[in-house]
Formats: sequence, structure tokens, C-alpha cells
Amino acid sequence: MSVLPLILAKFPQAAQVFLSHVFALVENRVAIWEQMQRLALLQDYNTRVVLFGTATLGCAAGVVGVFTLLRKRALMGDAISHATLPGIAISFILAGTFGWNEKSLPILLAGATATGLLGVVSILAIRNLTKLKEDTALGVVLSVFFGAGVSLLGIIQQMPKGHAAGLESFILGKTASMVASDAIFIATASLLCLACCALMFKELKLLCFDEIFAGSRGYPILTLDLALMTSVVIISIVGLQAVGLIMVVALLVIPAASARFWTDSLGNMTLISAGIGTFSGISGAGISAIFPRLPSGAMIVLICAGWFALSVSAGSRRGLIVRSLRRLKINRSVQRQHFLRTMFELSEEANSLAIVDGISLATLSVARTWRKRELISTVRRSVKEGWITRIGNQIKLTKKGKIEAARLTRQHRLWELFLIHHADVAPSRVDREADHIEHVLEPETVAELETILSEDRQRIPQSPHELPHQQHDSSAARNVANDLEKKRVNIRNQENC
Amino acid sequence: MTEDPKNQSQNQDKRTQAVPLSVRDLTVAYHRKPVLWDVEFEIPTGSLVGIIGPNGAGKSTLLKSIMGIIPMAFGKVEIFGQPYRKSQQRVGYVPQKESVDWDFPVTALDVVTMGLYKKIGWCLPVRSKHRTEALQAMERVGIADLANRQISELSGGQQQRTFLARALVQNADLYLMDEPFAAVDAATESAIIKMLRVMKSEGKTVIVIHHDLQTVASYFDHVILLNMRVVADGPVNEVFHEDNLNKTYGGRLTLLDEVSEAMRRRERSI
Repeated sequence: MSVLPLILAKFPQAAQVFLSHVFALVENRVAIWEQMQRLALLQDYNTRVVLFGTATLGCAAGVVGVFTLLRKRALMGDAISHATLPGIAISFILAGTFGWNEKSLPILLAGATATGLLGVVSILAIRNLTKLKEDTALGVVLSVFFGAGVSLLGIIQQMPKGHAAGLESFILGKTASMVASDAIFIATASLLCLACCALMFKELKLLCFDEIFAGSRGYPILTLDLALMTSVVIISIVGLQAVGLIMVVALLVIPAASARFWTDSLGNMTLISAGIGTFSGISGAGISAIFPRLPSGAMIVLICAGWFALSVSAGSRRGLIVRSLRRLKINRSVQRQHFLRTMFELSEEANSLAIVDGISLATLSVARTWRKRELISTVRRSVKEGWITRIGNQIKLTKKGKIEAARLTRQHRLWELFLIHHADVAPSRVDREADHIEHVLEPETVAELETILSEDRQRIPQSPHELPHQQHDSSAARNVANDLEKKRVNIRNQENC
Repeated sequence: MTEDPKNQSQNQDKRTQAVPLSVRDLTVAYHRKPVLWDVEFEIPTGSLVGIIGPNGAGKSTLLKSIMGIIPMAFGKVEIFGQPYRKSQQRVGYVPQKESVDWDFPVTALDVVTMGLYKKIGWCLPVRSKHRTEALQAMERVGIADLANRQISELSGGQQQRTFLARALVQNADLYLMDEPFAAVDAATESAIIKMLRVMKSEGKTVIVIHHDLQTVASYFDHVILLNMRVVADGPVNEVFHEDNLNKTYGGRLTLLDEVSEAMRRRERSI
């Protein structure tokens, strides 16, 4: 019945088999060490050129990827690359029939380009002529073209003269089969794309951010989009040999997506994405050169994935760690503000800020709905930061704490009053809303509120609603409110004049 | 360039004499569904114009087809007596705030600078003098201190002001604004209307798509009531009354609705 114990029992054996396969990759350790040295020192001309080719490819894919990602066309590259397979197969067959060199890269890539573009046209046609959405069109084109390509590869294998062996490297990528001239071709095409994106950086930025505005300023949207899609086609096609058509999309998407976690500026995002792409290209191709059985495409994707995982977790702008730290910091400051305000309000009720004995923890804990642990840790932090002193269970504001508590209370109440009078919020809802907003208040907003609400910069207005621990009537608060209403009418009148 | 200055200034005169915007017989259709039929109006120079109408009345489509973003099926649009293609430098556009992704990795200043891209020219970089210009425009709408904020950190009102600054930096003569007052705070709304009045006093013409019927009379001096066709168009005190509003917003299916409904039914049966 239960499969799990069975799997667990088999696990050590399976792991052993797996590891032995991995070790088989590095069987000839001396040879591999030598190869690594050759690679690291770039001794071999061919290796040098191949690494340069994949590096520029990674760089260009990273840059183009930023724009396709922001244009929300990230998957277009996937459809295009899959659509190249039938073209490769067809040109292989045709070259064979005409007696040309079947493995000549330009011929194969010409075929790839032809069906790749046919794929783009099909997607656009499905999207524009039917009521289907773009994702559906992508799915249809991607699978149909890939299916056609695989069938054609099957046919090639049946052919008497077919040496289709090299063609698989287009599916999974194999830098080992690349020669210097291939790499130079890849580098040239990639640099072309890079130059194109660098020159039109500003225009592409506008296109991706606000297509409608770009159109209103007379920019040719269709041409710009075509330029971007052409870059994607070029990257996909020159990337076939190095990364393979299944995985070339990773090089277009992952570096850009990773880069977004580190920065809020498009320029930096582009640089970081280019960097990740370059690194992944070089190292993936390098590993594949040392272990020819590991396809370079897979290596490049795995290295990209490593970057992605790192960026998602540790990214300095939007990484999970930074975000949870930020949330923790906000929570703590909210708790501190609530705590100090409550201290102030309790002292205010007792009509003196200088309560000799201080306020007990018990009083505090019923004044607001805190969790006990929250309250205790807030108190501990506040002692450390010098807002309060604590003797036993009695808590007292320090001098610095008093000033801060008064400031916070004043700010909170100003905001409440503002909500009541200018945002037409019912007084019963004000405390909640004020809590919501006041923690994002900036000094300039407070200043603005002050000018609207009161000329007296030092006075702390009374709370416009009953405090939770106050049961007596709040006629004083109502007076304040009436005052403000008059003031507001005056200001309006002045504005109208 | 070889034209002598006198001739040029005469041309300039002729152009400024022409009305900022004249729309004749404009018809726009999406997928066989008519959106605007036979729209016709003229806007006088230096006026604040409100376009009002129910949802789906074609207000945004009207602005977009004026600028050629949406192709028109029929009709003629002239801006200062010339087709849009030739006079687009004199037209500033403020799209709907919701039309863009505010999570985009740019700062407020970057967005405002976009208004200058055409002036800077293709493939040339943004230089510091352009940034200064953009900052001045931001100053006018009161957000200069937010220049380096990432746009997702701006409030809705600040985002709207950023869009306004992007149009202002262009220093156009005719402004088309798509719901600049939608979902902004009271302070922003009064700041915007004040700015529009200043622009008007500078001789600019501003056309605003507006939703709040209560403020129409106090904000605008000219109004176009639109519901697939122009129901009424003219000075606010002449055309902005209940009768016209009923015609614009009325619950009764108009002839146009019936036609489009019939066409949709036919399309479905195919």
C-alpha cells in the first residue's frame, strides 16, 4: 500500500548508482585537470573564441531579455526558438539533396530563421485574426512547430545517408561541436543586437513603459516592436548551437528577471542582467567544454537558475530577505509608536507627564490590544533605545521619550482631525484609518497638515474621539473639531479669493 | 531652413489663427462595433474644455483617434489647421494613469524626461540640461522633491502629477488629458485645476476627459457631451443642462446602441 517506505529503502542504492554516474564524468581526473587549466588560461584558440562567443551571446540575451520582460513578451522567445527546429531539419534535407555540406551552419541557420519568422507571423496572425489570446497562440505555435521538427528529424534518421547526429546539439546545445568560425558568427550577431539596444535604449524604455504615450509622440510602435522581436529572433537563432532551442528562452528571461530583484533603475537592471547573462554563458560553456557529456544549454540554464535563486532570496531591492527585514522594521516602529502614544495618553489622563511611580505593565496591557510577548519585547527595545526606564513592573518615560511621545501623539491626532475634516471620514473610523496612514507620513505631509490645521506648532490637539481607556465625555474634543471647521472654511474662502 | 524669417512668421501667424482642434465627421469602429459616429466639433483657442459622457461613450477613443493612435474609419482631424502628424509637437497628451505599469523600474524624473525624448532625438542620450528642464516642469506641479523616487513609491496623486509634468515639459499649445482627476486626492485635484487655469491664461487650450458632473460647471468653460456621437457641444452655461445630460446618460437605448447590438448578434451567428 504505502509506496514511501519502499522508495526510502531503495534510496541509498539509487543514490549510489547516481553518484557513480556523476563520478564517471570525472573519471579521468588528470585529463580533466589539464583541461581546466587550459580553459582557465585560455590556451586553446578554439576555446577562447567559443567562450567569447557564448559570453557575448549571454550579454546580448540579458539586455534584450530586459526589454522583452518589461514589454511582457518574455515567452515569445520560447515560441520562436521552438519554431526553428523544422527549418533546421528541412535545410538539412535540402542541403543533402543538392549535395551541399549538410552541416554548414549558415545553411542550417537560414532554415531556422525562416521557420522562426514563420512562427512569429503565425502567432501574430492567430492573435489578430481570431479572438484567441496571445498565450494560446504561443502554445499552439510552439508545440506544432516543435512537433513538425521532431517528425522531420525522425525522417532524417531513416535516410540512408543521414548523419543527423549533429542536429541534436541544436536541441540541447553543445559548445563542444562549435568551431571558431561559428563562435565568431555568434559574437557578431550578438554584438549587433547589443548595439541596437544600446542605441535605442531611450526609445525602447518608452515603448515598454508607455506604449500609448509613445504613439502619441509619433513614435512608430510597430517598427520598434519589430526591432525588438528581430533581436529576439537573432538571439534565439545564434543561441541554438550554444544553448539549444529548448533552453534559449532561459537566457532571455532568467537574467532579466533576476536583475529586477537588485535595482529599481532600468539602466542598472540592464547592466546586471547583462552581467548575469555573460557569466552564465561563459561558465556554462566552460563546464560543457570540460565534460562534453553535459549539454552546455543545461549548464547555462542551471547557472542562471542559481543566480535567480540568489536574487529572489538576497536581492537588495526586492529580495525576500530584504523585504521581510523591512517589514520587521516597520512592524517594530509601529509597535514603538503605539507604545509611546499609549504611554502619553495614559499620563495625559492622569493629568501629568511626570508620574512619579510610572505606569505598570498591567495598565499598559489593557490599554491596547497587544499580544503579551509583543508588549514585552517592545518595552525591552524601548528601554534599550532610551525612550523609557523600567523599574520592576513600573515604566516611566525618559526626557527624550516624553518629547518623542508628545510628537507622535500630536502627529496622530492631527492626522485624525485631517481625516475627519478633509476626507469626510466618520469619527468612529478615524483611529483605524489614522493608524493605517500615519506610519507612512512624511515630515512634509505633517508640515502641510500643520498649516492647514493649526498655526500653533507646539500645541497637542485633543483626541477628536474617545480614547479606548476614557469613558467620560469628549466635549473638549468637539470644541477642537468646531474650531477646525471654522478655520477650514476661512482657508477655503481665502483660496477662492 | 531657407525660408526667410518674415515668411516663417507669417506661416506661424496663419497657424496660430487656425483653431487648436477641429474634428469633422470622425467615425471609429473596433471589430465592426461602432465606437464613435460622425463626431464633429471645434475647440476655440485658450479654453478649458471638458469631455463628459458615460462609460463606453468613446471618450478615450476620441482622444486616441485624434492623435492617430487608433485609426479612424472616416473623418478629418486638424490641429492648428494641420494634420496631427505635422503638428504633434504642439500637442501634449496625458494618458490614463491606469494605462501603465507603475512597477516599472524608472524614477519620476525619468518619466517626466520621456516628454522630451522626441526633442532630444532618436538614439541620442538624455543630457543634464534636459533633466533640468524636466525638474522645472516637476516644480510647476509641486513634485520636484520626488524626482528620484521610484514611481511605485508615489501616491496616486503624485503619479498623476508626474504624468502632467511629462506633458508640461513639452511646452505644447494644446493638451489632451484623459481623466487627470480620476482617483486623486483633494489636494492634487485643486492643484491640477489651478495649474490648468494658469495654462489657460498663458493661451493654451486644454481638453480634459472628466467624470465628476458636479465640478463641470466650475472647472470648464466649454463642454462636449459625448455618447458615441456628440450630444451637445458649446459653452458650459449654454449646453450643460439637465436635458442634454439626460440625452447623454439616458437609460433608453439609442439608435446607435441598437445598431451595434444587432451587428454583434449577426457576428455571433456567423
